[in-house]
Amino acid sequence: MIQMINAAMQESPLPGGHYNLRLYVAGQTPKSITALANLKMICEEHLAGRYQIEVIDLLEHPQLAAGDQIVAVPTLVRRLPEPLKRIIGNLSNMERVLVGLDLRPVTAP
Amino acid sequence: MSITASIHAAEIPATEAAQPLAKARTGITGLDEVTFGGLPAGRPTLICGGPGCGKTLLATTFLVNGAVMFNEPGVFMSFEESGDDLIQNVASLGYDLGALVARKKIAIDFVRVERSEIEESGEYDLEGLFVRLDFAIKTVGAKRVVLDTLEVLFAGLGDTQILRAEIRRLFAWLKERHVSAIITAEQGAGTLTRFGIEEYVSDCVMLLDNRVSNQITTRRLRVVKYRGSAHGTNEYPFLIDAQGVSVLPVTSAGLAHSASDVVISTGIPGLNQMLGAGGFYTGTSILVSGTAGTGKTSLAAHFVESVCARGERCLYFAFEESPAQIIRNMRSIGLDLQPRVDAGLLRFEAARPSLFGLEMHLARMYREIEEFAPAAAVLDPISALRGETGDVHSMLLRVVDLLKSRGITAFLTDLLSVEGMDKADAGMSSLMDTWLSLVQLESNGERNRGIYVLKSRGMNHSNQIREYQLTSQGVKLVDAYLGSGGVLTGSARIAQEMVDAAAAVRRAQDNERKHRDIERKRAALERQIAELRAELESEEEEARKSLQHDEELEKRLKAERHAMAIQRGGTAS
Repeated sequence: MIQMINAAMQESPLPGGHYNLRLYVAGQTPKSITALANLKMICEEHLAGRYQIEVIDLLEHPQLAAGDQIVAVPTLVRRLPEPLKRIIGNLSNMERVLVGLDLRPVTAP
Repeated sequence: MSITASIHAAEIPATEAAQPLAKARTGITGLDEVTFGGLPAGRPTLICGGPGCGKTLLATTFLVNGAVMFNEPGVFMSFEESGDDLIQNVASLGYDLGALVARKKIAIDFVRVERSEIEESGEYDLEGLFVRLDFAIKTVGAKRVVLDTLEVLFAGLGDTQILRAEIRRLFAWLKERHVSAIITAEQGAGTLTRFGIEEYVSDCVMLLDNRVSNQITTRRLRVVKYRGSAHGTNEYPFLIDAQGVSVLPVTSAGLAHSASDVVISTGIPGLNQMLGAGGFYTGTSILVSGTAGTGKTSLAAHFVESVCARGERCLYFAFEESPAQIIRNMRSIGLDLQPRVDAGLLRFEAARPSLFGLEMHLARMYREIEEFAPAAAVLDPISALRGETGDVHSMLLRVVDLLKSRGITAFLTDLLSVEGMDKADAGMSSLMDTWLSLVQLESNGERNRGIYVLKSRGMNHSNQIREYQLTSQGVKLVDAYLGSGGVLTGSARIAQEMVDAAAAVRRAQDNERKHRDIERKRAALERQIAELRAELESEEEEARKSLQHDEELEKRLKAERHAMAIQRGGTAS
């Protein structure tokens, strides 16, 4: 399953550019379902209109795992904008996701 | 305990647990002996050790040999090096990993886990790794898997609890798939591995080590545990060089070698005579000891020539001279070994003793002997091997054992310090079947060379010290002069021989004179006899004449008496 979720690509790009995201999962596990739900929520909130999510199920496309150096699942890969970023886990910690996507500067504790 | 290695490990159902443990042969010389057949087939094996001790190369060899020798394709999952780096690194061992990858015999997957590129948010598992491994295994139909070094994950990922659970699951998963796996791990301080993953691998654990002693490093391997199988428990030296990995098993500790009755010439006629059997028994060990310049190498060269003359192979380990030097030097005593080298009967293996540690020398010699399969081996000289006396002794013991177990005649030379035989006594004598001692006999301001048989098991050997000379026609034994003052050598011997010669001339003259005297006496006596005989003859003649005269007188008287009777008128009566 490669699911494309396009959100209003025609809208004018906002600062930060277009986000090309890939979510690697392995089957419909609770972790992957949670991760996708969390990702959609975050994107809608912070990247509305300028993101694209690709969901790749490795059980169906195992050959794609090596290309993006997937070890853990779920893994969210930010392919655009550069540089490439990886966030692993079910994305339940929103702060870490925002830091990982460079949507929020790392705040000193 | 069956030592048959199964190469179809994956086909054995788990229910056949009562069967002897199936093994996956490593194809590494020695390692299969140490493990009695190889690594456990269909199970994970942990190889741990410090940096640079050869974990990756050993694991790669396992894979390459599996693919090339046993038709077991493999997967190399590398966490440290990229595929290209790996291919390049093992090319130095003579492995063409790239070709094997192209032929789909081996799949390489480089797993890069960079902490700085990874953000963690919430729960995860390592299913991605499982998927990749599974995909690679299916791609080549792998029976063997190498994970090098799994612990890199600990540096890349933060949640050690998840990691530990997943690594445990990974090992179970590998077992389920019946792949023979090698997992490498860095050695930790006081523990086998830095992150304690040995607790998840319970089947087979091997420890590699690269120790430096006296500025010489030696690689060693030890099987820490091997569930369900016997294994050698010692530390075994191993070698990594252009011919790959080889492990030296020192399992031949038994004394079960057979004894041969075949005699091989020493190459020196006089020396053959000194040894009751007319030479050395084949398969025995011979030690030639002597101080500097006594001709140990020359003796060895004679023996080499004798072996080669029988059409048999001889391996010459030179520790102090280069092959070219030995060949040149031996030409000076009329022995040309070059044709033997050209004919492939003689092989020189020259290496400085300080080049590697004793164990490495042993391992190298072991491999050369395995490869060349000689009838005889020369070690010249064993005294060049440096190390603790105990170490040297144990190494030589193993060399001699190795050679004996294969029926190879061992010819060892030993340089003694001028003071005497203190060093040779380091337990060597009992190892040797034949011990020839070369001595410098010093007297009358000159040095002469003497040889004697200190011992020679199984033959009635000479007890004499014989003088020998290094001539342009080889080593020549000179007939010993045994006088009241002992053995005389050199000019003393020559002087004594001149004295002897003079005495002999005198004796000959005496004899001649005696002969002449007798002749004279005989002639005189015979003359006397002739005179007496002549005297006797003349007396006999006179006696005969007188007898004749008497008879004639008698006849005349008779005639006169007859005439007188006729005159008186009567007839004669």
